[in-house]
Amino acid sequence: MPAIKSLEELKRVREEALAKKQLKATPGNVQVIVAMGTCGIAAGARDTMKSVLNFIEAENLSGVTVTQTGCMGMCEQEPIIQVVMGDQPKVTYGKVNAEVAAQIMKQHVQGGSPLKDHVLPI
Amino acid sequence: MPFYRSHVLVCVDPECLAKGAHDVVDAFQDELVAQGLLDEIQVLETSRIGGCSNGPEMMVYPEGVHYVGMTADDVPFLVEEHFLKGRIVEKFREVAKVVVDEELGPLRPKEVRVVLRNCGEIDPMNIEDYLAVDGYQALGKVIGEMTPEQVIDEVTKSGLRGRGGAGFPAGRKWGLTRQVPGDIKYMVCNADEGDPGAFMNRRVLEGDPHSVIEGMIIGAYAVGASYGYIYCRAEYPLAVETLNVAIAQAREFGFLGNNILGTDFNFDLEVRVGAGAFVCGEETALMASIMGQRGEPRPRPPFPSVKGVWGKPSNNNNVETYANVPQIILKGANWYASMGTERSKGTKTFAVGGNVAKPGLIEVPMGITLREIIFDVAGGIKDGRQYKAVQTGGPMGGCLTAEHLDLPLDYEALAEAGSMMGSGGLVVMDETSCMVDIARFFMDFTQAESCGKCTPCRVGTRRILELLQKICDGKGERGDIEKLEDLCHEVAKNSLCGLGQGAPNPVLSTLKHFRHEYEAHVYEKRCPAKVCRPLIRFEIEQSCTGCMVCARNCPVEAISGERRQIHHIDVNKCIRCGICVQVCNFNAVSVSS
Repeated sequence: MPAIKSLEELKRVREEALAKKQLKATPGNVQVIVAMGTCGIAAGARDTMKSVLNFIEAENLSGVTVTQTGCMGMCEQEPIIQVVMGDQPKVTYGKVNAEVAAQIMKQHVQGGSPLKDHVLPI
Repeated sequence: MPFYRSHVLVCVDPECLAKGAHDVVDAFQDELVAQGLLDEIQVLETSRIGGCSNGPEMMVYPEGVHYVGMTADDVPFLVEEHFLKGRIVEKFREVAKVVVDEELGPLRPKEVRVVLRNCGEIDPMNIEDYLAVDGYQALGKVIGEMTPEQVIDEVTKSGLRGRGGAGFPAGRKWGLTRQVPGDIKYMVCNADEGDPGAFMNRRVLEGDPHSVIEGMIIGAYAVGASYGYIYCRAEYPLAVETLNVAIAQAREFGFLGNNILGTDFNFDLEVRVGAGAFVCGEETALMASIMGQRGEPRPRPPFPSVKGVWGKPSNNNNVETYANVPQIILKGANWYASMGTERSKGTKTFAVGGNVAKPGLIEVPMGITLREIIFDVAGGIKDGRQYKAVQTGGPMGGCLTAEHLDLPLDYEALAEAGSMMGSGGLVVMDETSCMVDIARFFMDFTQAESCGKCTPCRVGTRRILELLQKICDGKGERGDIEKLEDLCHEVAKNSLCGLGQGAPNPVLSTLKHFRHEYEAHVYEKRCPAKVCRPLIRFEIEQSCTGCMVCARNCPVEAISGERRQIHHIDVNKCIRCGICVQVCNFNAVSVSS
């Protein structure tokens, strides 16, 4: 990315970033967001992340973007992951260890039905 | 040191002990001997793994497998499966379950998010995520449409005040630094968050680093600075990493470096990592540490805006202060000033801890009452107990009581009540907290963190701590409370920096609001909250069924009695550890003072 040299360019870069973000939230695309603050990592978010990535590789899934984010303010419930299916509302899961993550990937991301036991109602 | 391929940590908390944790440990040792694994596997005793309710529990490393609910009889099977055959025994494995809580959510009732708006929403390692939520648009607006003076005016008009705790108006500080003549000026960000239990800034640094960086660049444009330092404590390795990634990306996009956004404005930034001293949160000590000197404060004036890093004018603000700036520029000073009280505007983040139902990180508008924070946002007092006091402002703040619950969140209102806003630690206490013990806890912290440069703080905090310890030990004498009070006033008056000046606050405020507790300790040798061990007594009442659980768990064998007979505690042997109270299933052990 070459340095931004004018305000017009700054506006354009913002539009592009916004378009990219919106594209992720279109039908057929799935976003899996893992909270990776200090609290999340201490609770095992790295294993959760690994489990998500392993599942995608093993099942050869396409259209799934995995990203990370910071602390959501509910450190007690970490590791937390969020699943966004296309343009549907975000589903937030709490206390997601590696097994639960794999279960979520199978049942929610692949199967389309959220895992009720681990959903944080928000 | 011998090398073990695996470590087994068995919880020996009272609850697990009552369920036979010691038998499990013994069985484990026997089985390891029998299988010849004693040189390979080490069994250790620990506490609080988190599954005591299903105890006995243990943690097996390096796999990190959490087992619960096994008995001594299960141990041979477990050892054979896990340690000989390498198979995890699913039957005893603890599986994480979520307690579904209707009201829990990222946004709690009455929360307003300005500083934390992106935390947990965007990917902090990806600048594009920040750009998509209007990131760096405030910088574009400032550079494209505003003069430095207009920026300072806008920030001044917004009413933003220093979020590190002292509350100096941010716009005025920027104006002061701008006025000082000089070609080279520095921006400094205080990210040395050290109050016990406070981690608001960590969340911002890890979750939304670009908002802090953007705030600093805007500030640099306003005061005329060309270089900046973020002073982050070494205990936040992830925050340091996130910041460094964010700085590199900002440079790549041309938000840092020479000719920012095609203008002749130059500014760059680096992270300096602290070495673990609490006093480095004090601005002069912080700047000394940035320059590689000892982290010790110096007298002010000259203030940093006149003479700071490398002897040059430097503007120092806290993480949260900077993170507010881009939003103020984008949405306008009037929007920001519409939140809060007359003298305190905007929002404030808090780390709410202690005896509340829903601890965590929150952001609330100024002017909200302490009652709303504790009972609405944080869900009230845990386990239906009575609210007693709240400590605001960390170890240099003060205790506020039930009569202060309707106090609005406001710098001056808190100061008038004998506490302070502080950086945002909020410790809520219920009736089971002893206020003398709390004061001793905070003094223990500040005494250990005193840098030792000035005598009042170095010697004074030590003497205060000794007096408090003496009172907690039941050895307080007539005149000690008055001596304590005098000493506190002297230390507060004569210390060089904020650490010593604020250190006596927890003592003074508890003396003011809970003097009767001090008096009970000294004159009646009684701890009303039944916390201070030398002053409490354990007794077994008539409701004892003689089940012998307490006798078995007493670490000093102070409990005697026949099966099905009322037991008895030998006061001379008792070390007042309280295990008998915790293990008794019939509430037959009473504590008195």
